[in-house]
Amino acid sequence: MSAETHEAVHRHEPPKSFIRKYIFSLDHKVIGIQYIILALAAVLVGMTMSVLMRLRLSWPGTSWSILGTLFPTGAPGGIMNPDFYLSLVTMHGTIMVFFVLTTAPQGGFGNYFLPIQIGAEDMAFPVLNMMSFWVTLVGFLVILLAILVEGNATVAHALGDVLGISSAGATVGPIGGWTGYAPLSAVGNTAGPGQGAGMNLWIISIAIFCVGSLLGALNFITTLLNMRTKGMTLMRMPLTCWAWFTTAVLALLSFPVLLGGGILLLLDRTVGTSFFIPGGLVFGSGVLKNHTGGSPILWQHLFWFFGHPEVYIAILPGMGATSHILSTFARKPIFGYRAMVFAIFAIGLLGFFVWGHHMFISGMSPYSAMTFSILTLSIGVPSAVKTFNWLGTLWGSRIRFTPPMLFAIGFVSLFVAGGITGLVLGQTSLDLPMHDTYFVPAHFHLVMGVASIFGMFAATYFWFPKMFGRMMNDKLGKLHFWITFVGVYCIFVPMHTMGMVGMPRRYAEFTQYEYLKSIHPLVVFVSIAALITVVAQILFYFNLVWSIFKGKKASENPWEATTLEWNTASPPPHDNFAGVIPTVQHGPYEFAVPGAPRDYIMQSEPEGAGG
Amino acid sequence: MATTVTTSPLTKSGFGSDLKSSANRYRIGMWVACASILMMFTALSSAYIVRAASSTDWTPLQMPRILLVSSGLILLSSITMEAARRKWQDATQRPGVLLLATIVFGLGFLVCQIFAWRQLARQGIFVASNPHSSFFYVFTATHGIHLLGGLLALSYLTLRRRSVPNNQGALARSKARADAVALYWHFMDFLWIYLFVLLFFVR
Repeated sequence: MSAETHEAVHRHEPPKSFIRKYIFSLDHKVIGIQYIILALAAVLVGMTMSVLMRLRLSWPGTSWSILGTLFPTGAPGGIMNPDFYLSLVTMHGTIMVFFVLTTAPQGGFGNYFLPIQIGAEDMAFPVLNMMSFWVTLVGFLVILLAILVEGNATVAHALGDVLGISSAGATVGPIGGWTGYAPLSAVGNTAGPGQGAGMNLWIISIAIFCVGSLLGALNFITTLLNMRTKGMTLMRMPLTCWAWFTTAVLALLSFPVLLGGGILLLLDRTVGTSFFIPGGLVFGSGVLKNHTGGSPILWQHLFWFFGHPEVYIAILPGMGATSHILSTFARKPIFGYRAMVFAIFAIGLLGFFVWGHHMFISGMSPYSAMTFSILTLSIGVPSAVKTFNWLGTLWGSRIRFTPPMLFAIGFVSLFVAGGITGLVLGQTSLDLPMHDTYFVPAHFHLVMGVASIFGMFAATYFWFPKMFGRMMNDKLGKLHFWITFVGVYCIFVPMHTMGMVGMPRRYAEFTQYEYLKSIHPLVVFVSIAALITVVAQILFYFNLVWSIFKGKKASENPWEATTLEWNTASPPPHDNFAGVIPTVQHGPYEFAVPGAPRDYIMQSEPEGAGG
Repeated sequence: MATTVTTSPLTKSGFGSDLKSSANRYRIGMWVACASILMMFTALSSAYIVRAASSTDWTPLQMPRILLVSSGLILLSSITMEAARRKWQDATQRPGVLLLATIVFGLGFLVCQIFAWRQLARQGIFVASNPHSSFFYVFTATHGIHLLGGLLALSYLTLRRRSVPNNQGALARSKARADAVALYWHFMDFLWIYLFVLLFFVR
């Protein structure tokens, strides 16, 4: 009882000790930054892997001595084995999708800004919030362990002695791709290097990640429903909040499915059940015994029932940030606020009924395929609503071309460029020849990978002044934008061509294919573009770190924006509003209001202020 | 502050000052959590249905009779839970005994589940014996782990004394927490009955 009163009175006292303040913090702002740091670290691992893959693809005979030293079994003499390449594909995908595209947009920026934008002092359940980050971090450590255990025979041996797991040390993880398709993912070492200890750790890592994401989603939904300040009606919420909310709903309903599937897969591997393993499988060493009747397709269904909503989990926060930023720097209200809200929800809802389009070649009935196809193409409608509303917002406005605005416009461009090929792949007849060619990675990298990342870049440049009280360098930001923007198009547009001439995904080498000889210069071009783009990210990292200490001091509202986070100090105090929670009188995007003294009205300004 | 904001100490925490609606977060959070758990069992059930329909190696288990006892126990526990919840909401009554009864019934349920496992094991039926037994063990274990969480929450509720009525905020929170635990417990009950029917009465 006395603890209750104590809690009520002193809840918003900032913690004193370093550990409670920065490590095991309950403050949503600190937790948000922790998520962002996790994503910034994970993206370095994922990006390094993509560089290694590009080197292998474009210069197949060249020996990279450092690789040979680090991975004597996986890359003997500095030339990586195809298995090693496949494990790079797998881990690049896993790390990028889970630990970058799911953590930074939602766990990072969502955590930091959702409570402030709705006028709350913290998340609904601060302890759960802290746990969700630390659980996610454990998931990341386990996936790193998979790399270590599989990566180097010496390390593997040392670790194996401690953990009691053995591995061949020829890869950097499983080789089955981020989708972990059964039966290869279910039968253990028989299926090849990396499919033993590495695959077990992979499944465990993803299961842990699911739990962390679920805790986060629970918190987001409850916070948004319960903790909005006076006057913050649902239809006065910034579109960022709508996006984070929809994302949380998607995560809440899709991660449990992956978790369930993961449990079954792990049981198939460890206790000999046959959920996904059919009878009579023949491997190099003979027929696989003790398994009957399992269905590999069942795994695909469970995986993609999660997997498709997951791509929206990655991109919806980017859409929210883009809407928010476009409106702010176009100095115009967002075009069709209500339509934007419904479009976000429509995309989220439809996302649950289209998973079959990842499985057109699984032998499904043509009638099911047609249903999935029609539903998939119908996502084009809300997507187009969003795109036209973004263009409508920009139309006839005097745009302030700041780095966040550039990245937000870049997001629109990439979303359209990547989304349009979704209309191609969503049709069964066109997907059949395109499936498993470079056309597919070209499509999803543009739309869910790079577009989402552009959303996050925009968010970083936009909110950095609020988070650290200093501005990021404008010139460096613009340079970073232009190199990255041109760079990603140079990487992914040629990949469409490769796909159309039939270049298969996931192959480490193409030298033996006569029909692909002529396209090799394009492969080299893509690699060079990728290297330049990757190096340009140093600009971003440098700008980020340098500006924290040396950036120009930011005012409370440097962008002249309207939402509640710009009502408080930069950076905000521990309880966000120094004990005085603003009430809300206006919609989120009241720019260029006729008769108003300034060209914007903040959400918290009293009713009459608009004039 | 560049702009005027409402600074009256009475509206200091916006909607949060409305104690009842602020405490509602526990109820909302539990509904949301149940939705997510339900989704996992939906996924496992759909795997069950697909696996059952598409295979030739499916040998249905004989239902271990003790499961009837466990089902009875968990139904009883829901009744005591609901009675305890109602007493908790009325500050003049003592819910302690009813909470303890719920815990006892819950533990009894888990013991029966373990007996069912042992009974099957004595017949030589294990997780990997056939697909039906695999699903039986997966469903009961997953449900059991979730129920264990419910037991922890119940123990917390039992050990924690109710707040005195003169602290309105603490009282509202304490009522909301009790509601949330009760909701979870009823959900666990519903889930078991559903799984029981799915496992042994759907052919």
